[in-house]
Formats: sequence, structure tokens, C-alpha cells
Amino acid sequence: MWKFVVLIAAFSGFVVSFQSCSTNSSSDGQEAKIPEKISYNFDIRPILSDKCLACHGPDANKREAGLRLDIAEEAYRALKDNPGSHAIVAGKPELSQAYLRITTEDTALLMPPPSSHLKLTTREISLIEKWIQQGAPYEKHWAFVAPKKPTVPEVSKSDWPRNEIDHFILQKQEEKGLEPSEEADKERLLKRLSLDLVGLPPSLQMMDAFIADKSPKAYEKMVDKLLSQPAYGEKMAIHWLDLSRYADSHGYQDDGFRTQWPWRDWVIHAFNKNMRYNDFVTWQLAGDLLPNASKEQLLATGFNRNHKITEEGGVIPEEYRVMYVTDRNDLFGKGLLGVTLECAHCHDHKYDPFSQKEYYQMFAFFNNVNEVGIESVIGGPETYAKKPLMEISNDDVKNILNFVNKPDTNRLIVSVMGELDSTRKTYILNRGEYDAHGDEVQAGTPEAILPFNAKYPKNRYGLSQWLFDKKNPLTARVYVNILWQEFFGKGIVKTSGDFGMQGDLPTHPALLDWLAVDFMEHGWDIKRLVKQMVTSATYRQSAVITPEKLARDPDNVFLARGSRYRIHAEFIKDMVLASSGLLNGTIGGPSVKPYQPAGLWEGATSGRGLLSVYNQDHGSSLYRRGMYTLIKRTVPPPTMGIFDASNRDLCEVKRAKTNTPLQALVMMNDPTVLEASRVLGAKLLEEKTTASEKIKKAFRLIVCRTPSDKEVELLSAYYDSQLKKMNAATAAKMIAVGEYPLTKNVDNKSLASLMRVISTIYNLEETITKS
Amino acid sequence: MEKEILEHGFNFNRRRFLSSMSLGIGGIALGSLLMPDLFKGGGSQDEAPAPGLAHFAPKAKRVIYLFQNGAPSQQELFDYKPKLRDLFGQEIPPSVRGSQRLTGMTANQASFPLVGSFVNFQQYGESRAWVSDLMPYTAKIVDDLCFVKSMYTEAINHDPALTFLQTGSQQGNRPSMGSWLSYGLGNENKNLPNFTVLLSRGVGNGQGVYSKLWSNGFLDSVHQGVQFSKGEDPVLYLRDPEGMDRKDRRDMLDQLSQLNEMSYQEFGDPEITAKIKQYEMAYRMQTAVPEVMDLSRESDDIIKLYGPDCLVPGTYSANCLLARKLSENGVRFVQLYHQGGDQHGNLPYEITKQAKDVDQASAALVTDLKQRGLLDETLVIWGGEFGRTSYTQGKLTADNYGRDHHPRCFTIWMAGGGVKPGLVYGETDELGYNIASNPVHVHDFQATVLHQLGLDHEKLIFKHLGRRYRLTDVSGKVVRDILS
Repeated sequence: MWKFVVLIAAFSGFVVSFQSCSTNSSSDGQEAKIPEKISYNFDIRPILSDKCLACHGPDANKREAGLRLDIAEEAYRALKDNPGSHAIVAGKPELSQAYLRITTEDTALLMPPPSSHLKLTTREISLIEKWIQQGAPYEKHWAFVAPKKPTVPEVSKSDWPRNEIDHFILQKQEEKGLEPSEEADKERLLKRLSLDLVGLPPSLQMMDAFIADKSPKAYEKMVDKLLSQPAYGEKMAIHWLDLSRYADSHGYQDDGFRTQWPWRDWVIHAFNKNMRYNDFVTWQLAGDLLPNASKEQLLATGFNRNHKITEEGGVIPEEYRVMYVTDRNDLFGKGLLGVTLECAHCHDHKYDPFSQKEYYQMFAFFNNVNEVGIESVIGGPETYAKKPLMEISNDDVKNILNFVNKPDTNRLIVSVMGELDSTRKTYILNRGEYDAHGDEVQAGTPEAILPFNAKYPKNRYGLSQWLFDKKNPLTARVYVNILWQEFFGKGIVKTSGDFGMQGDLPTHPALLDWLAVDFMEHGWDIKRLVKQMVTSATYRQSAVITPEKLARDPDNVFLARGSRYRIHAEFIKDMVLASSGLLNGTIGGPSVKPYQPAGLWEGATSGRGLLSVYNQDHGSSLYRRGMYTLIKRTVPPPTMGIFDASNRDLCEVKRAKTNTPLQALVMMNDPTVLEASRVLGAKLLEEKTTASEKIKKAFRLIVCRTPSDKEVELLSAYYDSQLKKMNAATAAKMIAVGEYPLTKNVDNKSLASLMRVISTIYNLEETITKS
Repeated sequence: MEKEILEHGFNFNRRRFLSSMSLGIGGIALGSLLMPDLFKGGGSQDEAPAPGLAHFAPKAKRVIYLFQNGAPSQQELFDYKPKLRDLFGQEIPPSVRGSQRLTGMTANQASFPLVGSFVNFQQYGESRAWVSDLMPYTAKIVDDLCFVKSMYTEAINHDPALTFLQTGSQQGNRPSMGSWLSYGLGNENKNLPNFTVLLSRGVGNGQGVYSKLWSNGFLDSVHQGVQFSKGEDPVLYLRDPEGMDRKDRRDMLDQLSQLNEMSYQEFGDPEITAKIKQYEMAYRMQTAVPEVMDLSRESDDIIKLYGPDCLVPGTYSANCLLARKLSENGVRFVQLYHQGGDQHGNLPYEITKQAKDVDQASAALVTDLKQRGLLDETLVIWGGEFGRTSYTQGKLTADNYGRDHHPRCFTIWMAGGGVKPGLVYGETDELGYNIASNPVHVHDFQATVLHQLGLDHEKLIFKHLGRRYRLTDVSGKVVRDILS
């Protein structure tokens, strides 16, 4: 299938061969051929990691027969139980016990043992055999070697690339005999761009201006324009709020209300002023520890207090305090380093070279917060933030915190970070249990990633310096990959939260490294990186899938066509509100409670606290962007969840993209969509145009392109048929949806009929898809 | 393992698959309809099983879990401890209490006086099972039930304990038991969700429930529990807007699919075809769900059996009746949560009311399934998230007391689904504090439930971020002694 080997880079003395499309399974029905030259990183390690290392890997406590297969010297040396033989004898599979044991017919000797329910495939065995024949060379895991900027590859179709990204993408396509697609038409392109940069559909004026602008810079001008809109910060904030598990309730049992939203306002602000990624993260990790920390820097540390906090009377405080520290540590691993550090919480990591001790050394950085496991049970405004907390005064929001949208003069508190005066001792927790103290440990970082530089202070500030150390192999790669995922639908490393040995291998390793190094070289400039991606020819391709391309690259690994994806839950609501003209563009402030089916909160509550009853908002609050809908963790907003939004329980770096009938029900029957259909219909009816023109305009506003004649015909016929059968009573019922005032002087029957047409347009697959 | 490989293949091939298979695309919607099809189209996996889902022949096809949220006291319902009455007011011996950690509610209590139940117990049926006078209807069906008196758990607070029982982990973010079953078995009815959740609230002290309890975790969201609620919209957004009848909706969908089809012609994206199918599935659900929710055609005998409350939407009794209907219609896992079993204080009064609230309908469900010949293939489970202490919480008076959370022992019962009827399994010590024989850990219980559905808990695996996950995490043994 799509298998080929390219030698692209020499890392620290290792020649690493990358094989693309790395799913280490043969599940699509065709056995891939065994490559000429076996790559340890791409062919062998995935097998060892998945099938062998749980018992013969880094976890010293679970290691069987004293044998370790993840380190060359260990695998080559004489076996403990049988000093005459060796697990692996380079060049000689027939003398390698490991090979003999995976091929034996004696089930008592067979590896992996049948009781593990693991089994090697014939192909995997052949790969191992050939690898041993070729000398069984080991390599360091690619993601733990700092990236070097590779040379931008030459391509034959040299007039296609618009920037470096395209060289890397095209080179792979040419190797595969694939051709890039032509550029998407202007309407599709601007819709895609606008949804990606600001999370909103383009207005008709913007669309018309773009279509009329024939200059070669027309597209770039649009990019710059969108990047400068405040909505850009809102759009970019979403992935960060998922990563930071931001919500408006404390979670757990009673799930009381919290006022953490000023931190969310700061995130939007930071993206808008294009704060550099290293500062952005440093402030969040250690704003309180910076020299002469400002109030803004302190607010940024709310990041590490977004986790759930219990208010359940009767808990053991230390058990929960340890959970909070664990949550921060695991977020640091998954969200910022892209590794499954949490696996070393109870024992040494089974696959990656992280010991349990190292887990608790990292833990130590987050273990010195001046906090308790339970501060209070559910209660009034004094419980909306937990100590350490900061107060945001009315003066602050006029000055240093002027981006915080504080609507009233009430006391406003936010949970932030703050250290104890003394140092809390950190211990290894045996089996991860909060009260099972093992050896004491000092703050430190995993050796395999990058040893902690002694010059750095042993606190969160030092940790952020380590994170942004040029030699850190992960930080830049991981964030570049997350942004790639935002714009292209999936990451270059598909498992965006796991760059470790069990994670997927990069589809375009050289591109990933080039982007990561370039990002660092240009001062971690996020807007610049975003612009690089969206101005590439790769991004601008048409999303049309030809049967040939579908057959050759069904998952679009090689990006020989534009990505086609359903937009995020929040942006569906934004699209509906923006296209109908209902959108209230206010930025920030307390979260809002729009329409929601009755009884959801009430049916699941303990009956305590502000969030036990859903008191829906009214007026303009109903029309705020989706990201401002209040997130109560135990009962998250239903339409958001149905469209795969995070429930914000834990750090999340990748949303699922499902396609379900419950989504169809939302689009058909959610009052938000129906009300928008009515309001837009009424507006169009007030215009002195024909029915077809109204339909065409609605289509342009919602789908963001001019409909074909066939589409207009079909929808116009539908409108006529509805109008013909519509009676006054039915019309009155239809238009009664939503709280937005009814327009006078519009014929009800026409409105109800047009509403059905518009609602149909909202339900089109293309409407909520970037095509 | 087979299952894992298949699911992997499923994800991997999904787009291609959707474009090439003419059947079952709608199934991607609600569970697993697709999974049987996938097995047929199975590719070259050596390990792939023949069409058919389970690892071995199942005893049960469906589960109804009557979750007694809040953990009602076993001492007042099924675990008869006369000795506790004799020892009224005496301190629990330290040798019995051992090092059990206590909740914050009683950790600072100066003394821990034992208290026997205020209510009397009697033996019933051929099995001679003890049942308290609070549960007269349950008492009549003991020969259909298998009591497990030796359940134990690890958590001591509601949130982690509930989450542990439902997902196998105290922290959440893992798939719920119903999601695992949906994933493992696929579904029987293409018009209804495979895993449904029904909530109700009793009269006693209430504790909340959380959507993570019916979360699909890292499994595909088609395996998520779908909450059915009382009222006009049993499934969220199910009802068409006012003024739109079925014919109007059909018209609209006909236009919609033509338009989407045009889009497919242009883009060739299989997701568009899938979307068309999802709309058709939604349309079918709009009819199927209200039909199954309609209790008006139930006979008087049935109404009498469940009690008059069964006609009041949202009550435990109505949910029990609804559970039978959903299950009968092929819903794989029906999960009820009934709040109000958390009696820290004023226990005699509260548990009396709470028991009355659940007794008749719980027993009626078992009887109803039995008379329809469905009990053999339906596993019914009744129980809470942990037990309660044999000493009192708060002030002990002659006729009033409370009981705190207790992880070391609690009682549940099961019926049908290949579990031995008329059995009392496991014993606690005479103070009802520790287990005396046959302990059953939460993971053992979960392994047993999966086993009855034909699934090996060690093989029902999903690989996520590099680790293989199971409902039973890394432990669990099937309790073979209770299987018939």
C-alpha cells in the first residue's frame, strides 16, 4: 500500500529512516510488503512497544526474567536465567532467543504468552527476523531527539508550492505518484479560511469584496484582515480551553458554580495580541513566580486551577489535594509535552522511558500550592473561587485587566496559583495512592526527554524554562502539531496527546521538524505560524474527492486534496447566529445560559447550589457565541456534547468527529436554529425581492456560496409547495419559536414557509462543513 | 483482542467502508449496527471471528440496572444482623474496625456505637432468604433473586464510588458498563439507542448524578448512553417544532437528501452519504421512541403490578415499566438511577419511605419479565455504590440514628440472565462490618456481568493513547458460583 522509505535526516549520529503512513496494523486487508531496509523506529519499536515491553520494558517491577528489550545492551547481553544464550544476537535470528520464542510451536514457551491475549502477526515476525539479520540496530525514539531543521526538499512541480510547507507535502505526493488538487473556488476558500481564523462565516460584503479583488494578494489580504479581528482570539481560545479543561463549575458531586471566566477572557486577549507561545505558557505555568509579577501574570496562572475541585462533605482532604496535583501534572504531560506521563502515576511507564520516580519529581513542581483538598462545601459567592485566589477590582478592569469583561460591581474572585512559604515534601506514592508514601523525591524532569538544567530554579518558573529550552525535543513539535490539527483536521502525529512509543508516527516527520524549528527560530510567533499554514498551497486546495484519490489515499494522509471536516460545536451555533444576523458579538464576561431543554440540570442535581436549577437567560445573552455557553461539568450543554465538544473534565487535545442522528435532531429541532430561520426569513421578506432571490440570499448567507440553478429551483419549488398548503393556524404555531420579537407587517404564511426553506438550508451537510 | 483489532480496522477503514457498503450505514448512528456488518466485511484478519459478536455463547442478551443511587443501607433491607440489636450503643471493637479509613463526616466522631436495625426481618420462599419488612414485594420474589451480600468497593464517597461501579475507575473519563456492552455486542434495534439512561428521584437524601456515569469515554460516541427523560421530548430535540407534522418532516427530508446528494456528486465525500443516513435514522427514531414511551396501551394488570405511580412520568415505577419496554425492544443496556438512598441521619424515617418508593416496581419488573419469558435473557441488577456502617453516624437515640458510607460490604441482588435464582451468596460477619465469606469485588461483579453477556472481560479491550483498557482495569474474576 502506501509504503515507502525515505532517508531524510541524520539525528545525533543515528540515521533515521522514516516510513510514512505509519499505522502499525495491517487491518485494511492488504499485507504491506516487508521493506528492504528495516527501520527500528518505524518498523520494530512499534511492535516491541505494543507486544513486548509491558513485561520486558522500562517498568523494573514488572520485568520478567530480568530481560529488557527496549535497550540494545540489555537485549544483546547474556540472559540472566541462561547465561549461554542471548535474547538478541545481531545478524543471527536462529541464535536469538527472542526470535526463537516468538516462533516456537510450544505454547509453554511461546512469546507473548497466550495468557496475555497478545499475538504477533506473521508480518511482525518477519520484520523482527529481518531486523535481526540486518544487525538488530537500535535507535533513540524520534520524539525524544531534539528536532533539527531539515533542508526543504526539491520538487518537480516547482510552480505549485507557495511556501516551504508545500515542498514537504508535494515531495511525498510525487513519491506516491499523487498530484495536488487545484485551488478551491473563492467562495469555498473564504468560508474555510474565515471559519478557521475567526470561527464565523464571512459576511456577504467580505465575500463580494474577495470575489471582486482580482489581485494576486487578494487572499493574503483576507488572511491579514481576519487575523486582526478580535474574533480571532475567540476562535483560537477554544482549543486552549479544551487543553486547559476550563469550565464554569467545580465538578464532582454537587458541582457548584465558579467564576473562572476572567481567566478565559485573558486567553482570548493573549491570542489577540499575539502573545508569543513561550510567554503565553510561562505566564500560565509560573506567572506568580515571575519577578515583580503583575496582576495579569497572576491571572494567567488560573490555568493550573481550572481542574475540578470537590465540595462533597466527607471527603478526605489529602486524597483530593493529591488529585489536583496529579491533574496538573498529567495536563503538563499530555497538553504541553505530548506524552502519557500519567501512566507512570502508579508504576514505571510500561512503554516510554519514564520511571515512577520521575513522575513524582515532576509532581513536585505542582505540589507546593497553598491549597487544601476541600475548602468548603457548596455555598454562596465566597465559594466561587478557592484559595489561593485573586480579587479583580473595579479599578483593575479599567486599567491593567481591561480585557476582563466585568459587567457589574460585585466582588469578583478567581482561583490562581500561589506557593506555600515552606516546601511541602514530595514522595513517590506507591500504587499512586495518596497515603502510601514511598521515598522522598526532589523536583526534576524525565531524563529521556531532557535533564533538568541545574541553573534553572527548582520551581514552576524553572520548569517553564526547561519546557522552552531549545534542546527540549517536544514542546515546539507538540504545539505545532496541535495547530496543524486545527487547520488540517488531524495532526502530523495523529495521536496529538501521545508522541511516545505507543503513539502514531508522524506522517510527515521532516515537515513537523521544519515547522517546529522554524517556530522556535521566529520567537514562538503563533500568528506567523497560523499564517504560514493557511497561506500554503496545501491548505488552499479544493476538497473535491475524486474516486481515484479516495481509493489511493482514503484518509487523505498525503493531503492531495483540501481537508473536509465538520466544524466544532461552538462554531455551529456561531454560524447559525451570524448568518441570521442574531449574533451578539460581545467578547468575554460571565458565561451565559441560552435555550436548553427543560429539566436537564434539575433531573441530575443534588438540589444544592446556584446550578441546581437552570434559570435561562433572556434578551441579547441568548445570542452570544457558543464558547460563552455556561459549562456545568456534570451536565454539560447538550448541543455542545452532541457535536463532540469536550466536557472539560480533564485535559483534552483532540476532539472526536462523529456523525450521529442526535446531531440531525439538533439541527432540525433546536429552537436556536428555528428562531434563526424565522428571524432571517422575516428580514428577507421585508426586502423587495422575489422569492427566488430571497432563497438565494439565505443560501449565500448560510452556505457561503452562490447556489446552483438546480438548488434554487428545488428550494423555490419547496417554498411554493409549503406556501400552498400553509394555513394561518399552522403558520402561527411555526413562527412562535424563540424569544426574539416578531416582525410586524410580514405575512405569517409566507414567513412560516420561508422558515422551512431556511431551516432546510441550515440542515445541509455542507453548511456545517469546511469544504 | 479480536474485538480490539476489529475496532481498529473499523476506524481505519471507516471512510472507505462507508463508501463501499450499501447496508448498515445508518447504524453508525446509534451503536454498533455497523459492527455486525463490519464482521461480515472483515478483511484479512486471521484472528477475525465468524460473524457473531460475543466471545462465547451468552446467557443474557440485555441488562437492566436498577441503580439505587446514594447507597441504601443493607442492614435495613437484606443483611439481617440480630447481634447488632443486642449490642445497641456499644462501641464497635477496634479489632473489627481495623484500619478502615472513614469519611470526613464521621472521622472526627468521638465514639462509634453499634446500632441494630429498627425494622424486623423474616425468611421467605424456598431459599429462606432474609428480607426486612420494608420490602414486602421483594420478599415475595426471593426465589427468583440471587442476593450477593459480600460486595465490596474501594471508594468511600459517592462520586468516586458511583464512577467506580459504572466505569471500573474512580476518576471517570472511561467508558461506562453500558458503553462497553454496546461496543462489545452491537445492537438489536436499529431505531433505538443501544444504551439508555433513565433518572428518577426518591424521597430520601439525594445525591446528584453525572453524565460521566454514562459516558462513552474513549469509545466512539455511538456507544454513549442516551438519556431518556420524562415529558414531551424523551430524547433531546426529538420532537418536531409546533406546526410541523410527520408529512411536513418527510417533505423537508426529501428536499434535504436531494440537496445533500447534489453535494455528494460534487465532493464525493462518503461523510455526506453517512449524513443522509443519519437524518433517516433520526426520522425513524422520531416515531420509534414515542411508541416505546407510550404506556397507555399497557393492561390494567400491568399497571396494578407496578403500582399507580407507573403512570406518573419520571417516577421510579414508571422508569421500571419503561425499562421493560425498552429492553423488550432490544435496547442492550437500560440504566436507571434512583436518587435518595443516602441516609446519614434520620434513617428509620427516610429509608422507610425510600423502600416503599422502590420495592413494588423493582419486584414487578422481575415478575413482568418472567411472565413474558424474557427473564432468562435479561439480567436485572439492583443495588447501590457501597454499603453503610453498622455504627451510627450522629446522635444515637432509642429510635433514631444514621449510618455513614461503608466500602467493606454491601448487598445487591441480580435476577435472570443465567444467574442462579433463589441463592444467597456471601456473608458478612455478625456485626455486618466485614465480609466473612466469598467476597465479591466491584471488578469481579463487572467481570460476571460481561460474562453473562458472552464477553470475556480480559478480552474486551480498547486501545487508547497506547494503553489497552478494560472495564475491569487489571483485575476481576467471574463469580462462577452464582451462575446457573
